[in-house]
Amino acid sequence: MLMGEVIVVTSGKGGVGKTTTTANLGAGLASLGSRVCLIDADIGLRNLDVVMGLENRIVYDLVDVTSGNCPFRKALIKDKRFENLYLLPAAQTKDKTAVSPDQMRALCQEIKNEYDYVIVDCPAGIEQGFRNAIAGANQAVVVTTPEVSAVRDADRIIGLLEKEDLREPKLIVNRYRYHMVRHGDMMSIDDIIEILAIDLLGVVPEDEMVVVSTNRGEMVVTNNQSRSGQAYRNIVRRIKGENVPMMDLEEGGFMRKLRRMIGLK
Amino acid sequence: MLDFLNRIFGRESNQSRSVAKERLRLVLVHDRIGVSPQLLQSLKADLIQVITNYMEIDEDALEVTLDSSENQVALVANIPVRRMKRKFQTESA
Ligand SMILES: Nc1ncnc2c1ncn2[C@@H]1O[C@H](COP(=O)(O)OP(=O)(O)O)[C@@H](O)[C@H]1O
Ligand SMILES: [Mg+2]
Repeated sequence: MLMGEVIVVTSGKGGVGKTTTTANLGAGLASLGSRVCLIDADIGLRNLDVVMGLENRIVYDLVDVTSGNCPFRKALIKDKRFENLYLLPAAQTKDKTAVSPDQMRALCQEIKNEYDYVIVDCPAGIEQGFRNAIAGANQAVVVTTPEVSAVRDADRIIGLLEKEDLREPKLIVNRYRYHMVRHGDMMSIDDIIEILAIDLLGVVPEDEMVVVSTNRGEMVVTNNQSRSGQAYRNIVRRIKGENVPMMDLEEGGFMRKLRRMIGLK
Repeated sequence: MLDFLNRIFGRESNQSRSVAKERLRLVLVHDRIGVSPQLLQSLKADLIQVITNYMEIDEDALEVTLDSSENQVALVANIPVRRMKRKFQTESA
């Protein structure tokens, strides 16, 4: 019997990249051979399915499972592109109160017997949706962008996670723009880490390829040309326990092209 | 013009990065107070322990608060002293 990790991906603030992160970590872990089940806990605002391109295959959802209408195995959608990747979609027509923390805890307990990783995509906010999403988790990833409001919410979330005994959550800084940091117009990774006092799991650069991939229902982690894909692949290996150095954030953009053009790399 | 030069050379002064960091630092001082009300209680106990090495104080009347104005948070302690100790002892003594 497997005893998988249940990782909740959370942020406080909406729109910072939780769903994108969940999809890419799932695809990345699955492509390295792990058995992965993703749970969309954003009840009423289902969107992990569209980000993954699986929206047309939904029959049952999370609430069908927690309310006992169908066993979880029957509700899982198998991603055909990745051998070991499954999605349990959120209910779209219900609201957050349709699930309780106890139900989520029991569900995660059941699923993690059969998967290496269960990754829960958390809704924004700190209300019941958040409480449900973290209930069954034994690890937490906090996503933020380098903005005052997002980091502030991340700080609040870290406090709440620690209260719920999810100690030592790990941070992903998303939509990092190196040239802005260099020009003194964006907080740096060091600034953010210093303020939040939390371990860094990875940095994902701002990258149009995220949007392009998402438009197609694909995950950028499988795109070998993209820098955000590389960032996600590194994060995936760190989750699997490998010691992967932080990628050179300086690369990318105009200067890299210039250096390549004049043969400096 | 200076602003332009600063941008070119990536100087930090007055730039939005340091403004952001400072605003964030301050807002979190306020936020974190709200999250842990036990902190002041624990600080109070520690303060009493240290101060009683030097003087006798009225522990019940001791007040410790965080005063926040717009751009600063200050720790304010009001500690009524009963009497000074003739011999004081420090940690190292
Ligand atoms: N690294 C990135 N670069 C560019 N766009 C991004 C990046 N990460 C996320 N996005 C975009 O930001 C938006 C919000 O992301 P999403 O994952 O839905 O956030 P959340 O789930 O936290 O609300 C989406 O349109 C997504 O494509
Ligand atoms: Mg989302």
